[in-house]
Amino acid sequence: MSNPPTIYGLLAEFEKPAELLAATRAARTAGYQKMDAYSPYPIEGLAEALGFHRTRLPLMILVGGIIGCLGGFALQYWCAAVNYPVNVGGRPLNSWPLFIPITFELTVLCAALSAVIGLFALNRLPMPYHPVFNVRRFALATRDRFFLCIEATDPNFDLTATRQFLDGLKPKQIEEVLP
Amino acid sequence: MSDQPLHNTAQFSTPAEPPLIEPGYTFASVTDKISVIVLRKGTPRGWWVGLLISFSLVSLLLYAVSYLLIAGVGIWGINIPVGWGFAITNFVWWIGIGHAGTLISAILLLLHQEWRTSINRFAEAMTLFAVACAGLFPLLHMGRPWFFYWMFPYPNTMKIWPQFRSPLIWDVFAVSTYFTVSLLFWYVGLVPDMATLRDRSASRFGRIAYGVLAMGWRGSAYHWRRYEVAYLILAGLATPLVVSVHTVVSFDFAVANVPGWHSTIFPPYFVAGAIYSGFAMVLILAIPLRAFYGLEDFITQRHLENMGKIMLATGLIVGYGYFMEAFMAWYGGNQYDLYMAINRALGPYWPAYWALLACNVVAPQVLWFKRARSHVAVLFVVACIVLVGMWLERFVIIVTSLHRDYLPSSWGMYSPTFWDWATFLGSIGLFFSLLFLFVRFLPMISISEMRTLLPDANAEQAAEIKSDLTKLP
Repeated sequence: MSNPPTIYGLLAEFEKPAELLAATRAARTAGYQKMDAYSPYPIEGLAEALGFHRTRLPLMILVGGIIGCLGGFALQYWCAAVNYPVNVGGRPLNSWPLFIPITFELTVLCAALSAVIGLFALNRLPMPYHPVFNVRRFALATRDRFFLCIEATDPNFDLTATRQFLDGLKPKQIEEVLP
Repeated sequence: MSDQPLHNTAQFSTPAEPPLIEPGYTFASVTDKISVIVLRKGTPRGWWVGLLISFSLVSLLLYAVSYLLIAGVGIWGINIPVGWGFAITNFVWWIGIGHAGTLISAILLLLHQEWRTSINRFAEAMTLFAVACAGLFPLLHMGRPWFFYWMFPYPNTMKIWPQFRSPLIWDVFAVSTYFTVSLLFWYVGLVPDMATLRDRSASRFGRIAYGVLAMGWRGSAYHWRRYEVAYLILAGLATPLVVSVHTVVSFDFAVANVPGWHSTIFPPYFVAGAIYSGFAMVLILAIPLRAFYGLEDFITQRHLENMGKIMLATGLIVGYGYFMEAFMAWYGGNQYDLYMAINRALGPYWPAYWALLACNVVAPQVLWFKRARSHVAVLFVVACIVLVGMWLERFVIIVTSLHRDYLPSSWGMYSPTFWDWATFLGSIGLFFSLLFLFVRFLPMISISEMRTLLPDANAEQAAEIKSDLTKLP
């Protein structure tokens, strides 16, 4: 406890989602940057309160979808018109309207795969170990409790001052998170 | 707490509409009530009985499939001219049932139908299992299922490629994409609940197993934000996908040049029929599940009624499809089409045709009445009748069109054998076995989504307290 950098941060527990949202906004106003809020369900406005506004995920999904679309069509065109041309009843080799269904399916498939892979990659999951799991009561974060963690790497972090600040937000409990 | 009723009225604009969750629940009690079904020690006897019955049907399936692999598809009743028979009937029937899951989880999400929340999880599971059962049939019907990978475009020693102009290859892509996307959607929805089970499980094995599936989910606000974005976009992707899948399945018929199949009404009428049978199956599952596990507070009367309404609406579309088929056969002036329509109604398979009309068009009309829609037993019976009717519909489309097409000299009859029935009943057993395992080991209602429906989760309340607290530091 005498050596502040040896802890991961301070974890404040709240009983109501509104308290967590208000506390997060207050911490942000007080100048804290490196923090995270944990809740059992998505709370509207909480990510914004942490200063997180935009995610690259939609762009990744769009790129995935475009790759699936072009790749799907190119695959069929190359197979049916270039590599092994088959004359089916005199139809054109590049009979593109008949290639649309598979092109569509592969667009959706690649977009959905990039959505899920992108989601986990950006969230850095799977992550079997995380310091917040050291706090026993954190198990309630997936049930009915709401947590705000101000991390020790924040430039404004000071064990005593930050604890005092969190105390002012009237949490149910404050705990130190071991790294 | 005192302003709780106020939020209730704000959330549900028409006061006559009953709530989605019965009042009095908190985050903790919703979590515990759903997770205890999975986490409790000991399994109810009814579950064992159900699994035993379903699993004995799976054994029948294994028996039938083993013999099929040894002897070939000749053990079924199929032959020229009816080469599709039960296998394709069952395929279309199962894949149609699967459609309701994605409809509930994706389309109703985009339409802000909050009542979907308590039924989407097990409807999605139902989709996966139904698509798995569906996939079985074309595979077995191929005759040499061990060469199934020939349908995929991979560089091979034969130096040829799949015929991409064929709807049957479109089917391969549509069904495999559908299964993959449904699985991803389902798993993404499960991750936060896996974390709940990890943190609530009393056994070491449970903590490890659910912990692995949760992948270290900790409910961070950053994660939730991306999660919501991904979930919404996945729903947006799944919506056209679900429509495309049964459209492609209907192309298997509509692109072919067979009287009774070659019709532009097939795609919309197949999609409506798929949703129709899918909701019937959701009702058949939801009604006993809510009674058995005491989930009446979450899957309320309102849910059942809404599903009844969707069944009625899609049933009317399907009825319109039947009418149009008959009308166009006459109006089109094509003698083969006209003969097909007459043969369906009056030919050797007439009982199947009239039974399908009775099941799919007449029976659901009772759902016009609110008293019928709010009567659990009536809904259950109607849903069963609809499932039978939808199976008959596919049987009639396949068999009556194939058995008498252009040349009377090549007409024939089809009748199923024991092995046809064994495979069909076996697939029903497989479906229910997977469902029994699902309700035992995974939360059948999305816990994290149910929490968002509670009055405490309301964001307006948050805003009020916020204005007090920002003054603090």
